[in-house]
Amino acid sequence: MAEIRTSAPATSQDRQAATRWTLRLVAIGYVTLLVVLPLGVMILRTFEDGIAEFVESVTAPEALAAIGLSLRVAALAVLINTVFGLTAALLLTRYRFPGRSVFNALIDLPVSVSPVVAGLAFILVYGRNGWFGGSLQNVGLQIIYAEPAIVLATCFVSLPLVVRELIPVLEEIGLEQEQAGRSLGANAWQRLWRLTLPSVRWALAYGVVLTLARSLGEFGAVRVVAGNVLGSTQTMPLLAAQRYNDLDEQGAYAISFVMVTVAIVCIIVVAILRPKERT
Amino acid sequence: MSTTSTPVVATAGSLGSPPDVPAAAAPAAGPSNRGAGPPEGVLRLGPGSGLALGLVLLWMSILVILPLAAVLFTSASNGLGDFVETVTSPAVAAAIRLTVMMAAAATVVNTVFGTLVAWVLVRDRFAGRQLLSLVIDVPFALPTIVAGLVLIALYGSNSPLGITLAQTRWSIFVALLFVTLPFVVRAVQPVLEELDLDVEEAGASLGASKFTIFVRLILPNIAPAMAAGAALSFARGLGEFGSVVLISGSLPRRTEVASVRMLGQIENDNLAGASAVATVLLIVALIVIILLGVLQRRAANRG
Repeated sequence: MAEIRTSAPATSQDRQAATRWTLRLVAIGYVTLLVVLPLGVMILRTFEDGIAEFVESVTAPEALAAIGLSLRVAALAVLINTVFGLTAALLLTRYRFPGRSVFNALIDLPVSVSPVVAGLAFILVYGRNGWFGGSLQNVGLQIIYAEPAIVLATCFVSLPLVVRELIPVLEEIGLEQEQAGRSLGANAWQRLWRLTLPSVRWALAYGVVLTLARSLGEFGAVRVVAGNVLGSTQTMPLLAAQRYNDLDEQGAYAISFVMVTVAIVCIIVVAILRPKERT
Repeated sequence: MSTTSTPVVATAGSLGSPPDVPAAAAPAAGPSNRGAGPPEGVLRLGPGSGLALGLVLLWMSILVILPLAAVLFTSASNGLGDFVETVTSPAVAAAIRLTVMMAAAATVVNTVFGTLVAWVLVRDRFAGRQLLSLVIDVPFALPTIVAGLVLIALYGSNSPLGITLAQTRWSIFVALLFVTLPFVVRAVQPVLEELDLDVEEAGASLGASKFTIFVRLILPNIAPAMAAGAALSFARGLGEFGSVVLISGSLPRRTEVASVRMLGQIENDNLAGASAVATVLLIVALIVIILLGVLQRRAANRG
């Protein structure tokens, strides 16, 4: 070691380059083996039987129903989480109230909870024999094994995504704008639409894309509460699982390919939004 | 997609630059004549914001607080004896043990490789670096069931490589490696970006070896972020379902993870049993998060 350290600068540079190349190759190799290779193989296998087969598989009635349901649920979850996220982020950054730090911690909780536990939790409260399920059913509200439960489960798993994007930006912009607006006589709505929303638009857009990606793909929590009724409570991920279990591997890959495409589009949109948000 | 890699605490801290007058509904009283008032740069809850807070808390109760409370409540509803009996029954205990082992193993491997990948993303410049960064986000964006199918395409029963991991414990390990890949990378990356290169150069000019520089100068700074990423990754591994359920084969006592076991219990209408398993997972996750939090603070103190 001592010999190398005192040797000519050229050797030490070589050694540095060798270290850098090794690290680079290990990093790329690891990510390729773990993510790129399996993903590539799945995409190849999707089109093993040709494009026609793929098109037929993703336009089958149950596939179209699943895509429709997934889109509907994701749209609702995005809407709810955007309104909730914006309100919660404004409250957390601009106000101090008792229980604020507990509230702040609770928002992150869903990320660390197993999706199956989330589903179980909803069954315990809103299921037929749950805390409120019976009374809700008596007034004609079916939650579990119906669309409302799918929406609830989806909102649960994507709860922190919008809030966590908004909070740093809201902290950054502070209260000056808001107070200038007040002293100029703008009401709360005007201040929200004309001042706050334009300043946070990129962070909000980022949060919305994350929520959309998460909502379209949630499997575990939805699997537990949805009942998996073909064509009525079956989302895209549930259909993929069912096709695989029915030994229709090709069909499972086909519907998965749709989801892969959505995921990759979301990642690219996010990558484009990211730098803009900083400036 | 660094959302989930943000450590849970230290989020809504102080506001950027506090303006002098909190223009809240305190007409006569000056804002600073009593110590009990809100800190500077913070608004006071008015009727509108109070109502908003009420609605937000109501929604949190419906969506998070009541349901999760119901899980804890149900797990204890039949008494401690029942709880212990459930979680020590052979199949359940095996599932919990397997899950904890696999989550720990995947977390350790991804803490090492995740730090390495973060290092390469921050310190190295090469064509395709952006692409590598995009690929890191794939496991976050990909639905878990698709992650499972993607791994089946490569490691399933008709693997093109001839490596069949399906229905073995290895498949669970690989699935957890896949879904937890981004956590440590995205936690460590911003911290590495902020690190002062001068310190390392000073170390090098004093004759410190690369290894010494890494262990003494860099590691203490990134250790808290590594711990935060590891905690998230472990919690995720404990609860993972979608990516594991198809490829693991879910053979009881061999390849059945805790979340799959819980699903079975739920489908057999054994909600108390499922709640007991959920509670154990919650306790394990809490212990690990607290331990890693202690580690985080120690490292922060030393640095």
